[in-house]
Amino acid sequence: MKSKTSENDAFVTFDRVQKSYDGLSLVVKDLNLSMPRGEFLTMLGPSGSGKTTCLMMLAGFETATHGDIMLDGTSINNIPPHKRGIGMVFQNYALFPHMTVAENLAFPLEVRKIGKSEREAKVKRALEMVQMGDFGGRRPAQLSGGQQQRVALARALVFEAELVLMDEPLGALDKQLREHMQFEIKRIAENLGITVVYVTHDQTEALTMSDRVAVFNDGRIQQLAPPAELYESPQNSFVAQFIGENNTLDGLVKEISNGMALVQLDDGKMINCNPVNVTKAGERTRVSIRPERVEFSKDRMEPGAHTLTAEVLEFIYMGDMFRTRLRVAGNDNFIVKTRNAPNQVQLEPGAHVEIGWLPSDCRALDA
Amino acid sequence: MSYTNEDGAMLTADGQPLKRSLATALRRQKIRALLLISPLLIFVLITFLFPIGSMLFRSVENHIVAEILPDTVVALATWDGKSGELPDESIYAAFAGDIQRAAITKSHTRVGLRLNYEKSGSASLFKKTARQAKKWDLETDAPFKEKLIAAHKGWGEVEIWQTLKTHSSRYTAGYFLNAVDMRKTQDGPEFQPENRQILIKLFQRTLIMSLLITLACITLGYPVAWLLANLPRRQSNLLMILVLLPFWTSLLVRTSAWKVMLQQQGVINDILVALGMVEETGRLIMINNQFGTIVAMTHILLPFMILPMYSVMQTIQPTYLQAAKSLGATNWTAFWRVYFPQSVPGIGAGSILVFILSIGYYITPEIVGGNKGVFISNRIAYHIFQSMNWGLAAALGTILLAIVLILYWAYDKVVGIDNVKLGG
Amino acid sequence: MKFTKTVLVTVALSLSTGLASAGAHEEMTIVSWGGAYSKSQLKAYHEPYTAMTGVTIINDESAGTAVAKLRAMKEAGNLTWDVVDVEAGPAMQLCDEGLAMEIDHDTMLAAAPDGTPASEDFGSFIVSPCFIPQIVYSYTVGYRNDMVGSTPPTSICAIFDTETYPGKRSLKKGALSNMEWALLCDGVAKADIYPMLETAEGQDQALAKLDTIKDDVIWWSAGADTPQLLADGEVVMGSTFNGRLFALIEEQKQPVSMLWDGQIYDLDGWIIPTGLSPERQARALDYVKFATDTQRLADQSKWISYGPTRASSAPLVDKHAELGIAMAPHMPTDPANSNNTFLMNYAFWADYKDDVESKFQAWLAK
Repeated sequence: MKSKTSENDAFVTFDRVQKSYDGLSLVVKDLNLSMPRGEFLTMLGPSGSGKTTCLMMLAGFETATHGDIMLDGTSINNIPPHKRGIGMVFQNYALFPHMTVAENLAFPLEVRKIGKSEREAKVKRALEMVQMGDFGGRRPAQLSGGQQQRVALARALVFEAELVLMDEPLGALDKQLREHMQFEIKRIAENLGITVVYVTHDQTEALTMSDRVAVFNDGRIQQLAPPAELYESPQNSFVAQFIGENNTLDGLVKEISNGMALVQLDDGKMINCNPVNVTKAGERTRVSIRPERVEFSKDRMEPGAHTLTAEVLEFIYMGDMFRTRLRVAGNDNFIVKTRNAPNQVQLEPGAHVEIGWLPSDCRALDA
Repeated sequence: MSYTNEDGAMLTADGQPLKRSLATALRRQKIRALLLISPLLIFVLITFLFPIGSMLFRSVENHIVAEILPDTVVALATWDGKSGELPDESIYAAFAGDIQRAAITKSHTRVGLRLNYEKSGSASLFKKTARQAKKWDLETDAPFKEKLIAAHKGWGEVEIWQTLKTHSSRYTAGYFLNAVDMRKTQDGPEFQPENRQILIKLFQRTLIMSLLITLACITLGYPVAWLLANLPRRQSNLLMILVLLPFWTSLLVRTSAWKVMLQQQGVINDILVALGMVEETGRLIMINNQFGTIVAMTHILLPFMILPMYSVMQTIQPTYLQAAKSLGATNWTAFWRVYFPQSVPGIGAGSILVFILSIGYYITPEIVGGNKGVFISNRIAYHIFQSMNWGLAAALGTILLAIVLILYWAYDKVVGIDNVKLGG
Repeated sequence: MKFTKTVLVTVALSLSTGLASAGAHEEMTIVSWGGAYSKSQLKAYHEPYTAMTGVTIINDESAGTAVAKLRAMKEAGNLTWDVVDVEAGPAMQLCDEGLAMEIDHDTMLAAAPDGTPASEDFGSFIVSPCFIPQIVYSYTVGYRNDMVGSTPPTSICAIFDTETYPGKRSLKKGALSNMEWALLCDGVAKADIYPMLETAEGQDQALAKLDTIKDDVIWWSAGADTPQLLADGEVVMGSTFNGRLFALIEEQKQPVSMLWDGQIYDLDGWIIPTGLSPERQARALDYVKFATDTQRLADQSKWISYGPTRASSAPLVDKHAELGIAMAPHMPTDPANSNNTFLMNYAFWADYKDDVESKFQAWLAK
């Protein structure tokens, strides 16, 4: 692996990239992105958001309608996929069914005219890396989904690509295996120091694996940030909604002062919020509060914080957590998550409670 | 376990042996399944197995001589054909009786025709003789040796008697011998005279030309199947209609259209002459020969190649090619190492279909094949429709069937029939 | 419900039409040669007969393989033909084999208008007890005027002269006519041809002569083939029936001429297969009686240039029904056309057809 001397230089750059299939509408609208060497970046978004198209443009299977894609400082727009030297893991693995596992792995080495003994050594090493050393003679059809996944990963890595693209590689696995593989992929990527662009629509996967996550919607990156920042400080309603669980309350901005916005909810109540995406009074806003940041007991709230009256609609016991559904300011779907602690109250449906939160956790976003 | 008897066999809850109970339950399902397929089963039996059985039987059946000339056949048993001497009067007398009875029932032509397959001239010999024999009085007109020889000098030659004796058995391998250019003689099988050896050559020609047609179909059909599998739906549907169009046109119309295209004053020659690529006097001969047969049959059989190829290619996901390219393969390598091997089952299925169909084809070669472009099936048709030599036709058909089965078996051994895919 | 009803109605309808066609009007299948010849029969015989009796006539064009098919039908026990148009030789063959019924010409066929019994009116054309004569025709060669240069052929042997007349020629895919011409052009005297063809040596000699042009021949099996090939300019010359050439030259105005040399006379007529049910046989006889009366035979010659076989029809031969030209000069029997003719030996072909044909076909397949 190359040294990380140029860590802060952009390794992969999208510069004002646009993509249209029909000449009428854009699938990718003005994409700008740059990632340093060794980063694990995830493109997250609902289907049709343009994330896979971006990946395909990077791999060379789609051409950008406008803009430049640069790899290590040079534009690769006109370089055919087989000369880009980018490893890729496909959603359905795309293991060649007529070849054995070892032959699959040897394929990229063969087309690079690497000698037989070196080839075999590399194949062996790659298989061992994914703990598939004993499976070289099998056909892909004789492997389980997880095993195929490992082989596909090994194949993308065997020719020592510096950049590896993964298109929903774990989508076909069951939950437990998926979680295990997330860890594996992360570990291998770190060990090899490779740069990874990872596409998924699973936010947990994105949050657990990535250095940074690019949230896609409607052909644009809505937010590009490390997982914690993405969760804690979503920049707009879409991101807030898409990442993690989220309660929303609609209202009107009354006043913005001292880094605090006063929002009048639709039922007339006033609350203090953190003005993230609102700039002036009179704007409609959607207020976002994470379910685990809602408090029932006054003593845990900041002094002077607004409280709202809520009616308990449902109480769900979830083992480690309690999940309480409330009606708050006309929203019947206001969820509060509380840890199953010894002194935690278990609310009965029908009860009326006061709820509150830190104003910094209550984010006024675009409506 | 409480539900077992003393032998340890499993029992059901009410004490029945589990095996019997299962069999009863399954039998009902089996009977229902059998009833559902029974119309097809009966149909196949009547229209497929029975005719094939009847064909196999006809290829060895040989009752005509024994049936029409019974006394002669019995009498000839005592005659040694290898002695080179004519039979004695008793045999001539037996024959005179037989031929007279045959002449009255007008069945003499059948035996004449039968022997004519073996010895040219027998048909006229029997016709001429029967005309005389009708007038004889079997009691008073003896001896018949002179009378028969007088009726036709053929009866004075030992050869006709040897032929009669050789082909008097009720079952014969003679038709199969004929089918491979041999014939049954009193000294055992031997090759036909050189000028009657045509069938082996025809078999060879049939196989070679069918192979060429199959190769032509692969070459032309592969790109089309690829387009069908990879074009956007709307375009591929249109293309599919074009591929299927020939199916909706009469075979004769299609073949005749090729006549118009390929003949010397035809469309292709006209175009070549107009372009100055061919001299007016040097117009190409593209029909009534092997070329014409190959072109017309390739066209007719092409859909049978394209459809299985298409259905296999449809299942090859485009990501395989993308994967190959991302691994560093050029377009060609990606195709040749990754796509092509996966499409081979389709080629195999298409080839089997086209090859088997083409070695049994006869209408198209008949119309555009001239003399040199006809197949063994045209000979079979000739023997069924014209010469009435159904025994030989059946033997040829049986051999053709055997060739198909052997090829099928060989394919199974080499490629594996499980690899043949006609659909997803 | 609706679907079931539709199905039931459809079944009922198709059943009723099926029954109706079987019962209400009668049908008979007549086998002939197709093309201009079938048209002449349609105009002269079928249409007036249907108008008179209401019997529908189905025209089957497989006369070329009539002997084999009748043999096959007998073998299979399923006779679908009622009346069959065949040449004299095959008629004799079918008679010998008991596949054609014997006819009493005087009682079963119409007498001439002046009362002459049919057997006298047809005279020597009744070559077999089963044969009901119809026409005299000939195997004749036609050639493209524009492909023979300045020396149009005058002799039948132009077929074998590929030097003077290069190009393809179409010949019948069968022994009859080709074997005779081969020996004739190999220098055999006319009278010796049939005796020679009875021997293996004579047959081989004829085939050897045909060998010299084998690669230049397109073999035809349908009467319409040669006219089509001539019209397309695919062949320089070709043999066919003289009536077909007449239609090609006079009706379609193609640049083709007819060679009245060495043409082989043959007869064509009806036979009725044996084994018909009494009703079908009666109907077949009724048709044949109508179709071979003096007027009908003369009528046919208005449509095609074949000579009627009744003496009493000859004076009635008139002009072509549509072209208006006199038909007599186009008849193979016209004296101007008969300078060097060749009379077919029907009896030879009846006896030797199977021998010679199998040999010819084997030669052809080589």
